[in-house]
Amino acid sequence: MTAMVSLRDVSKVFDGSSGPVRAVDGVTLDIERGDVFGVIGYSGAGKSTLVRLINALETPTSGQVVVDGTELTGLRERGLRPARAGIGFIFQQFNLLRSRTVAANIAYPLRVARWPRAKRQARVAELLEFVGLSDKAKQYPDQLSGGQKQRVGIARALATSPALLLADEATSALDPETTKDVLDLLRRINRELGITIVVITHEMSVVSYLCNRVAVMEHGKVVEHGDVYEVFARPEAEVTRRFIGAALHDRPRPDVVARLRERHPGRLVTVAVREVPGEPGVQITERLAAHGVAGSVVFGGITEVGSRPLGSLTFALTGPEAAVDALLADLRAHTEVVDHTAEEVPA
Amino acid sequence: MNSNGTSLWPELWSALGETLQMAVAALAIGGLAGLLLGIALYVTRKGSILANRPVFFVLNVLVNIVRPIPFIIFITAVRPLTQSLTGASYGVEAAIPALAIMATFATSRIVEQNLVALDPGVIEAARAMGAGPLRIIATVIVPETLGPLILGFTFLFVGIVDMTAVAGAIGAGGLGDFAIVYGYQRFNDVVTWTAVAVIVVMVQLAQFLGNFLARRVLRR
Repeated sequence: MTAMVSLRDVSKVFDGSSGPVRAVDGVTLDIERGDVFGVIGYSGAGKSTLVRLINALETPTSGQVVVDGTELTGLRERGLRPARAGIGFIFQQFNLLRSRTVAANIAYPLRVARWPRAKRQARVAELLEFVGLSDKAKQYPDQLSGGQKQRVGIARALATSPALLLADEATSALDPETTKDVLDLLRRINRELGITIVVITHEMSVVSYLCNRVAVMEHGKVVEHGDVYEVFARPEAEVTRRFIGAALHDRPRPDVVARLRERHPGRLVTVAVREVPGEPGVQITERLAAHGVAGSVVFGGITEVGSRPLGSLTFALTGPEAAVDALLADLRAHTEVVDHTAEEVPA
Repeated sequence: MNSNGTSLWPELWSALGETLQMAVAALAIGGLAGLLLGIALYVTRKGSILANRPVFFVLNVLVNIVRPIPFIIFITAVRPLTQSLTGASYGVEAAIPALAIMATFATSRIVEQNLVALDPGVIEAARAMGAGPLRIIATVIVPETLGPLILGFTFLFVGIVDMTAVAGAIGAGGLGDFAIVYGYQRFNDVVTWTAVAVIVVMVQLAQFLGNFLARRVLRR
């Protein structure tokens, strides 16, 4: 089986007001069938352009885009239309037609695909049922809440039974509760319908809740990618660390460290909490006891990424210097440890 | 309402008929042509679905050339064209081509302005579903902007009625002609103001109709 999406050295250059802008810069990426693939990056990182290259709303300046075995690069506009129709797309702002009812919005791609009326109606009813909006068929988008609008957007994107669904910041305009509902719906689409999903987001929580693989983008480049837990447990790029820090708030900033130091005697150390397959968990409390070191948790945060815990805890450790050193060496053999005492005290 | 002892009411009613004939014909022809021209301006502009710089440039300049011409000059300037089109150089029929052409250019800008306000996201959504440009125009751009377009056409109708009065001044008949010939030139203010009142009522009715239709379309 070939990959669902295969990008080879893809670049997209726009003519900006102050010279050309490389929105996407030499991206090579494979998205496998069945993946829920997250593309995370801050605004301007090029992720929206990347997703528009995948469904051929944009054509790359260079490189090769292959979706579901069809090479999109080199196709003319007319040839791209059937390819686009075979890829579902959901938008941050929903982009529903206000002049049409919910049912007519969902039927729109079926009209484009020239489905006969009876088949269209049956399919729309089925989709409304799937997204739980059967009672809203005759309403207009303006009468719906944000979450309901996005459900309509999702039903519309699924209408032609695409093998690939692209979600561009699909939950960014929604409140946390509705976000979770929509993410659950996307998860169901992936599991029950077997549709490959690409999720564009600037929120780590979306990726850690939904995705099995992730690519981190910055300045048009994919700076790292791989299994979600692997990437977030052992981030290599600074931007990835920033996303994790912003989502977890688990690591004390220097000013917090300074305040903690004033308040707590002993050595301040931050210990990463992560679960690596094949390794026993770091039994922090047991190790403290084994080395005869007393420690209290003074800061930290742990969340779940792909059903596995991830985060860090900051301890104030008290005990004989040699015992603490031995403990830290022991912990370092298993996980990442930051010793704040070793850092310079900010003036 | 008399002049030299004869009632002017029959004259007024036939003048109203002429004005309506001119305005409706100009709105129908100019409105349709202007809609198409306005759509053409919108879809060929930078970043739009049929972006085409030379075409947009030519259309844009054309509209900018024709639109500022004062109508009273325009109607005389196009008289040879009118004559070859309708065979008449005076009267209602002769006025209609000039009115329709001017209405076309005025409409095109109003249409373009309303289309520009459309959220580009819905067009992108239609493109993402594989819709081509003509389908997008017919099923997204026009229906999604229909409410404002109706209000725009209503506004235009008022402008056209104004233009018919100018056409009347150079012999096209209608309420403007009636007000000038029987009212202004004979110092008969009653006649002048009666004609004005008829125009006001007509415009009001048109505006009510436009508002009603726009509300229906916008569902608010």
